[in-house]
This record gives sequence, structure tokens and C-alpha cells, in this order.
Amino acid sequence: MAAPTPSARPPAPGLPRFLGPLKALLFIAALLPLARAAWIVASGQAVNPIEFITHSTGTWTLTFLLITLTVSPLKRLTGLGWLLKLRRMAGLYAYFYGVLHLATYLWLDKFFELHAIARDIVKRPFITVGFAAIVLMTPLAVTSTQGWMKRLKRNWGKLHKLVYPVAILGVLHYWWLVKKDVSQPALYATILAILLAERLIRRWAEQAKQRRLATPASKAA
Amino acid sequence: MLIKRPDDILPSEITPQDLYLDRRRFLLLGAAGAAGLALSGNAFAALAAKKSLLSTGERMNTLKEITGYNNFYEFGTDKGDPAEYSGQFKPRPWAVTVDGDVLKPRTFSIEQLMKLAPLEERIYRLRCVEGWSMVIPWIGFPLSALLKQVEPTGKAKYVAFQSVLRPSEMPGQRDDVLAWPYREGLRLDEAMHPLAILAVGLYGNVLPNQNGAPIRLIVPWKYGFKGIKSIVRITLTDKQPPTSWNLANAHEYGFYSNVNPEVDHPRWSQATERRIGDFFKRKTLMFNGYADQVAGLYRGMDLRKNF
Repeated sequence: MAAPTPSARPPAPGLPRFLGPLKALLFIAALLPLARAAWIVASGQAVNPIEFITHSTGTWTLTFLLITLTVSPLKRLTGLGWLLKLRRMAGLYAYFYGVLHLATYLWLDKFFELHAIARDIVKRPFITVGFAAIVLMTPLAVTSTQGWMKRLKRNWGKLHKLVYPVAILGVLHYWWLVKKDVSQPALYATILAILLAERLIRRWAEQAKQRRLATPASKAA
Repeated sequence: MLIKRPDDILPSEITPQDLYLDRRRFLLLGAAGAAGLALSGNAFAALAAKKSLLSTGERMNTLKEITGYNNFYEFGTDKGDPAEYSGQFKPRPWAVTVDGDVLKPRTFSIEQLMKLAPLEERIYRLRCVEGWSMVIPWIGFPLSALLKQVEPTGKAKYVAFQSVLRPSEMPGQRDDVLAWPYREGLRLDEAMHPLAILAVGLYGNVLPNQNGAPIRLIVPWKYGFKGIKSIVRITLTDKQPPTSWNLANAHEYGFYSNVNPEVDHPRWSQATERRIGDFFKRKTLMFNGYADQVAGLYRGMDLRKNF
């Protein structure tokens, strides 16, 4: 637990040999949703292709955000430290699909009409929160490199806590846009709630433990 | 030319049931469904219909678009669900009861309804409240022709419509997404307007299940959800009837729901729309482009309040 090294991360346990090939495989796998969407649109299977692209890139952004948030609980659960080495890629793919989603809206839905876009962001709560989410993701994507990690030291971890509001805003964005049937956004919300609850419970447990360790005398008195 | 049958064959000379059961067409329909491709109205027209001066000359959407992208929550909330899950639905035999403030309440079979008035092809714009639109060649007859048959009394001010309730054939009705059965309503003068029709066909054929078989309402100057599908009951009343989307969210869906580019949906703009098949969006027209014909119905009304 105690990390005497200057690195913000715990010392790397012996990384498995398959990590490199696994990363390459996941890198390609994460592009499959895009390839599938491109195929569906190119082959004329989507009656409303722009709506389809918007929804597809949007839900994949949320999916990759949830995958990113699943990595550290999964590591704790399995004890496989190398899982953390995959987290950056998941987060960057969330941003990648998020940027495609935003670009679809700005270009294919609004045709870069700045007035209409600005009005949407101010007037439509679901666009406000969605826009806020992608804006907040940007510094996380920029500072995802080893260099930035070293430069920001402890602040890197603090900054990257932004992923929690980003995920909440993303799910809210989906929830507020559906007309009536919230079953899909509810699914994302449930998974996010479980992932956030796990962190809260763990934090409370740690704080309680620290209190016990810090003040044994007062407890005894 | 959509319909190859000569115009002198009246719908009354056709036995819809025979056509409905016609095995050759059944096979063709199956083949078309399997190919997922447009079933051209040309070769196997099942419904004869007169052309109408009320039709638009705009480019029509393909049968594939019209039958593959539907909001029909009785079969599921995804646009592809109605095409995928409406196969078990049985649109025959069918009856529609017309009652309430009328002198001659009556139940009509679908066969009687299809002979009630000469069938017409009405090529209308359809604007969905979600911001997309299509051009669809409906086949039907004026709603007024049916209402005249039952003779509304002086008390009748509104017309209430109700869809069929069949959770066993309509999987979407097993979820409480909306309060089933689906309900819609019109003011009597709106219902009597010549543009308002009951559609029984599409692209020269009987109405596919996913488009509201066997009979549905089309009110082209209103958002699409006003066009209630698979109708089983029409009731004339003196009070404004409850309507499904208004019950679900009164703040977002009003009783009138006339297409109006100046009155936004609380969550999105209604100023523009995407015509299915187009890359660029287009401006939405007042009353969906039917203002010349219908604006008079709403003279003196505040359309922001009566949205």
C-alpha cells in the first residue's frame, strides 16, 4: 500500500509477456464498433444513417467509460495488477467515440451552425450535460501520457477523478434525450451506480480503518 | 404510375379477403421480406385507388424506408422493432365500433370499411415529432365519410380513437411504456377536414402490420403520433378526450400537436427536420406545409398555448 517511490502508481508487478499482444488485440477490437457502424451505413441498412451514427457513437462512448471504470475494481477483485495497463486505452477509446459523437452532432446534425449549436447548449439540458461531459474529458485525454503523469505527480490522480462526473453527465445526457422508454439509459445508470457504490463503500471502509488506527487511545477511553 | 390496374375497377369490386389470402402475393411478400428490399407497388397492386389532387408531387420514400423505420410502441420502442416483431399480429378479421354521440352507432367490419367510399391514393408528408419526415403514398378514404354514416349529434364536439389491446400479439404492450391501449383524439371539425383520412393501404397494397394494419388515422398537418394505428373504436364525445402521449407527458405533447416550426419541443427544436434519405436537413413548414388548407381551423387560437 505504502509507495515510497516518486511514481504516482504502485511499483509495477512483473508484467506478463502476453500484455503486448493483448493490448494490440484490444486496440483492434475497440475499433470493431466503428467498423460495424460504417458497414451498416455503407451497405444502406440504416434508414436514418445520421441518427444511427449518433446513437452508435454515443452508446459506445458510455460503454468505454464504464469499461474504464471497471478496470480498477476488477484489478482489486482478481489481484491482477497488469489490468491497470489497459485502462488508458479504454479511456482514450471513450474519448475517441465521444469526439466522433460530438463531430456527428456538430457537422451532420447542425452543419456547424454556431448560433443553433450555442442555443442548443444553453437551452437543452441534455445537450448541456453531454457537451460538459466531452469538454471535461478533454484534459483527461491530453494528460493521459506518461510524461503528464510524471509532471502532474499527485495532481494527476486528482485531475483524473473528473472521470466520475464525466460518466454521470454522460448517463444523464442519454437519460434526458430518450422520449419515453428509459430502459437503455437505466441499464447504463445501474452499472455506473454499482461502480460508484463500490468506490464509496471502499472509501468509507478505509476511512473507518484509518480512524481506528489514528485514535486508538480515545477509542479506548 | 404506381397502380397498374385501370382506374375503372372500383374497390367495391375487389374482395379484399381473397386478395389478402392470395398465395402468390403471399409468397412475393415473403420473398420481399426476406430480401429486405422494396416491394414495388407496380407489379402486384392489391388495392385499386384513385389519384388525388391532395397528393404532393415530392419524391416518395421507398417501401423499405416506410416499413423498416417505424414508431409503433406496441411492437417495441426501437425503430426496427415494428418490422421485426409484428409478424404474429393478425389484422383480419377486424371490426371497428363507432359510437358515442351519434344517431346510428354501428360496428363495421374491415371489408365494409374498405367499401365505404372510393379508395384514394393520398401521397402525404409525414413529420415525426422527433424531427424526421417522410413522403408516403397512403391508400384510404376520408374520415368524414365514416363519420357521416353514423350521423354525429349536435352534442358531438370531439372524436376519440382507440387502438387494439392484444399483448399476446403485440410484445410492446407487455411493458408499461405507455398506458395501453393507445388513444388519440381530434376536434370534430379537424376530423371532418378532407385531408384527414383513414388509411387501409400503402404503396398499392394493404397496410403492413408495422404501419398500423388494418386501419389507421392519417392527419398530415399534425405530428405522426396523432396518426393512431390498428383502430378498434371511434367514439364521438362532447369533451376533449385523453390522448396517450399527452397522458405520458402533458408538458411535451399537447392535444393538438400540430406541426409548428415556431413551437419547440421542450427538449429539441422543431424548426428543421431530416427527410429520410436526405443528407441535409430542411426547414419544417407550418402545419407541415398544409397551412393553406388547415390554418382556418385554428384562427384566433394561441398555438403556443394549444400546442
